Amino acid sequence: MNATIVRLGVRAVLGRRRGIMLFILPVILILLAFVVRALAGEGTDTAGHLLPPLGLHVLLPLVALIAASSVLAPEIDDGSIVYLLAKPISRFTITSSKLVVALGCTVVFAVVPILIAGLILATGTPLLAVAYAVGALVAGTAYAALFTWLSALTRHAVVIGLIYVLLWEGLIGGLVSGVRWVSISWWASAIAEAVDDRLRLVSPDLGLPYAVIASVIVVAGFVLLAARRLQGFNLTGDE
Amino acid sequence: MSVIALENVSRWYHNVVAVNDVSMTIGPGVTGLLGPNGAGKSTLISLMSGFLAPSAGSVTLDGKRLWRNPEIYRVIGLVPEREALFDYLTGRQFVTANAELHRLPDPGAAAHHALAVVEMTDAQDRAISTYSKGMRQRVKMASALVHDPAVLLLDEPFNGMDPRQRMHLMELLRRMGAEGRTVLFSSHILEEVEQVARQIEVVVAGRHAASGDFGAIRRLMTDRPNRYVLRSSDDRALASALLTDPSVRGATLRTQGGLDVEASDFGRFAQVLPRLARDHSVRLLEVAPTDESLESVFAYLVSS
Repeated sequence: MNATIVRLGVRAVLGRRRGIMLFILPVILILLAFVVRALAGEGTDTAGHLLPPLGLHVLLPLVALIAASSVLAPEIDDGSIVYLLAKPISRFTITSSKLVVALGCTVVFAVVPILIAGLILATGTPLLAVAYAVGALVAGTAYAALFTWLSALTRHAVVIGLIYVLLWEGLIGGLVSGVRWVSISWWASAIAEAVDDRLRLVSPDLGLPYAVIASVIVVAGFVLLAARRLQGFNLTGDE
Repeated sequence: MSVIALENVSRWYHNVVAVNDVSMTIGPGVTGLLGPNGAGKSTLISLMSGFLAPSAGSVTLDGKRLWRNPEIYRVIGLVPEREALFDYLTGRQFVTANAELHRLPDPGAAAHHALAVVEMTDAQDRAISTYSKGMRQRVKMASALVHDPAVLLLDEPFNGMDPRQRMHLMELLRRMGAEGRTVLFSSHILEEVEQVARQIEVVVAGRHAASGDFGAIRRLMTDRPNRYVLRSSDDRALASALLTDPSVRGATLRTQGGLDVEASDFGRFAQVLPRLARDHSVRLLEVAPTDESLESVFAYLVSS
């Protein structure tokens, strides 16, 4: 990790117009939590109806996508990444520094808001909120790594990322249970379930060990792939 | 003393050849990489700065491979052609960040020095987004100089600069070269290159068309056959007079009036033409070169 790259990355994310979305999305979730609590009352059921679909399947991947794409994609697009690359720094260090920024944003703008929303909805059972937050943290890391790689790979990272989030994680993952084995947000649910066993989010066969191992592999794999991609960066553009 | 060596380097993108079997050695001093737009200059600089893999052949810096070798950036300073910088930073923050990325012991002092060298001290605390094109160019230059590199590669550094900034950068490059650094810059303007570089490498359509001292390149370029269209009070008399001079290779009467002339020695032809016209009482009405475009100059170099 390189402190200078992290510092530049934070300014790049928060300094852009897209950065405003990072503030707006969690505010919506928390406001919704207040509204739902006022209408339906506090309790684990209310939390269970709002947090997985809105928090884990929508807010979390969206925030990770916005953060990861604004930390890397614009620099690759306009070529200013060359000022980072023309330095005696390993590409792995550059990629992991970028990932740290994306992950930091994901924690601040998605994981913490999910925790807050959980506490608002199920004030009596704080473990439930913690369970969702832990799941969100693991999944957020996996998303950040995936989207960092996607941003290094293509200039259409945001569009492809959105399609992936909405179709794969959102729609297909909810309909076809087999997809849950290869869906980051469902691993998050499995991990949340392990923290608080009152939760019944996923079919029981997708257990904690699988979810943890799959997440670790995804994070490590995509960081390495992104570093490889930067290693082959062409100044004159890709053929 | 650092030397960049290209040996039989080719680079192609699918079936388009950008660089075709180029071998050249760039040593200490200032070298100008001259060629028309699209000749492959940027591709060559990308190859020399480790940002492009050769499809064939080898590119090395002091014997070390450049591609996928970040360690080489300890000795290389690169000024890319593209304008994009970190616009949300001030000039000073940007150059300091570059110094930090090089892990210099005192990044602040190194940045201060580099900004002074390019005369950007006054504007260093303004955001880069407010900079003019020339100022951006100078900040890019400062970021490339901040670690005192032995090799400096600049892609079209004079683009968009006003004459004063141009003079200043030329002076800076000359000084860098005199200090024993290996400085290479690309340009498509001969006059620009010969004011700074002793050594000139000419590339045309991806090929290494000429190499040598700027005097030799200048002669190659000016001694080529030049074509002119003349209109005068008596084309036929002028044609026969011109053909007596060795600087003229041919003269053809145009059917619609006027005269096509091919001259082999530009300098001599320019002196001889008015004298001959006067001696034969012919009034010159128009003298126009027909193929002065840079491309035709380069095309001649390739064929010779």
